[in-house]
Amino acid sequence: MKITKVLMAVAIVTTTGFLSCKPKDADIKSAVEAKLNAKPDMSGTMVSVTDGVATISGECKDETCKADCEKLTSEVKGVKSVVNNLTVPPPPPPPVAVTVDDTLKSGVNDALKDFTTVTAEVIDGVVTLTGTIKKTELPKVMMALSSLKPKKIENKLTVK
Amino acid sequence: MALQDKYKALTDAATTAGVTDLQVREQDGVLYVDGTASTGSVKDELWKVYDSIDPNFTSGDLVLNVKVNVDASVTKVKVTTESTNLNIRKGPGTDQPIVGKAAHGEVITLISQSSEQWWLVRTDDGEEGYAYAMYLTPEA
Repeated sequence: MKITKVLMAVAIVTTTGFLSCKPKDADIKSAVEAKLNAKPDMSGTMVSVTDGVATISGECKDETCKADCEKLTSEVKGVKSVVNNLTVPPPPPPPVAVTVDDTLKSGVNDALKDFTTVTAEVIDGVVTLTGTIKKTELPKVMMALSSLKPKKIENKLTVK
Repeated sequence: MALQDKYKALTDAATTAGVTDLQVREQDGVLYVDGTASTGSVKDELWKVYDSIDPNFTSGDLVLNVKVNVDASVTKVKVTTESTNLNIRKGPGTDQPIVGKAAHGEVITLISQSSEQWWLVRTDDGEEGYAYAMYLTPEA
């Protein structure tokens, strides 16, 4: 019995001792900030710590950076858990795909078959239109040509 | 960015009209606006806005590619040529042999939309082949 009591007392003392050594939230915050600010892929970093729970926010370059930051934060002494509110910007849209000239030329020929007053030339994805057209037919021609994904339409048509 | 400002009324109209998959990209001095409209009239409206910003589309700084969503349930299309018959061809291209004709105003069967430009169709006489989608209007 005595031994048990002593052991318990030792346990309590030890625990209390450890607790008193526990880093304060403010210190954890500074330590996390120092680690994250050292990363070049981060911007607008914000850190808050409550009872050892670190919440990190800001913008990361990519998902790898986001995971790295979470790991770095969790490694800081005194951090119990990490709430990762970091954001990653959406990827930029893919570049505009331009139809190759041969495909574009046959598409242009198909589209203009019934518009006999219109002449088209296709060079490097640019469709140049010459000739004449009725105002009512112009949008139809432009719509048909735009759907072929050209680089550009140079409209030099005379509108009647 | 200047082009996006120039055509802001257009892209705003597209957003308001509920154009889906809307993409606005600027590359080498040309603005590319792509998307899918729910109806042909939405597409026509957007082209009117384009015409009002750039009368007769002469600036060459915009490629407006708005598709019209045709529901998979649509099986009938009307031939909406100016007045003439519509050629039905063996393959998708005006270099392909003509296998049949559909009259102006005739309603024919849409089998599939093989591309944006060429649709596979069948007439009531059983003539089957490819017709230019510009001259076909889905029947409600």
